[in-house]
Amino acid sequence: MAGAAERPLSPHLQIYRPMLTMMMSIVHRITGVALYLGTPLLVAWLLAAASSERAFTFVNGIYGSWIGLLLLVGYSWALIHHALGGIRHFVWDTGAGFGPGPRELFAKLTIGGSIALTAVLWIVIWLVKG
Amino acid sequence: MSATPGSSMRTPRRRVAGLGSARSGTGHFWLQRVTALANLLLILIALPIVIWAAGQEQAQTLAILGHPLVAIVLLLLIFSVCFHMRIGMQVVIEDYVPAEGMKVLALIANTFFTIAVGSAGAFAVLKISFGG
Repeated sequence: MAGAAERPLSPHLQIYRPMLTMMMSIVHRITGVALYLGTPLLVAWLLAAASSERAFTFVNGIYGSWIGLLLLVGYSWALIHHALGGIRHFVWDTGAGFGPGPRELFAKLTIGGSIALTAVLWIVIWLVKG
Repeated sequence: MSATPGSSMRTPRRRVAGLGSARSGTGHFWLQRVTALANLLLILIALPIVIWAAGQEQAQTLAILGHPLVAIVLLLLIFSVCFHMRIGMQVVIEDYVPAEGMKVLALIANTFFTIAVGSAGAFAVLKISFGG
């Protein structure tokens, strides 16, 4: 870039040995982008409900299909993972939890918790909605 | 403080403003955290309601979503989520799009997308709630 100051660059990702905390950071960003693209799913449902019976049935048909349900399961997992990752950031914001022990524990809790909570969520949905 | 090469063009005023190359200070960071907290609280209220309303007859869904308290929670959620989405995607764009022209275009597209999604969602909720 012309005129840009020549500042030192930090090493790129491939320099580092992959670590759990680093993967969780990357996944936090990926789930964020996925949720960004997923918000229209909620808006489409609301718009369909507000529009007509036909539109509502159409959207419900898509979300109720196998592909639709798979998409919603993935969407809910991304939401839960991003939420847990966010809570982890709230803890870090207080200045706590940066040590090797806590940060490894947070990483494991984020990935394990997101999978467990997603499973619980869909079991509850299945029990309630049949 | 020694003047390092490349930063010597910075005026003292710019240095004390502390806004850096992104031309904004901690406001961005703070807004990300505040909207994150709002998202968390609102999702915890909205998720059970959405699950309840989903998969029902349309009249039933409209009755649930149209309740003033539900509509207000959904509106707040949509606003908070779209704000959070916009500044989150802004950071991603600033990190991965190096060319200045493309970056500016992507940032504008990001603003358009999030405002469009937010407006559409808010309009739908208001239409349902006002009984149209």
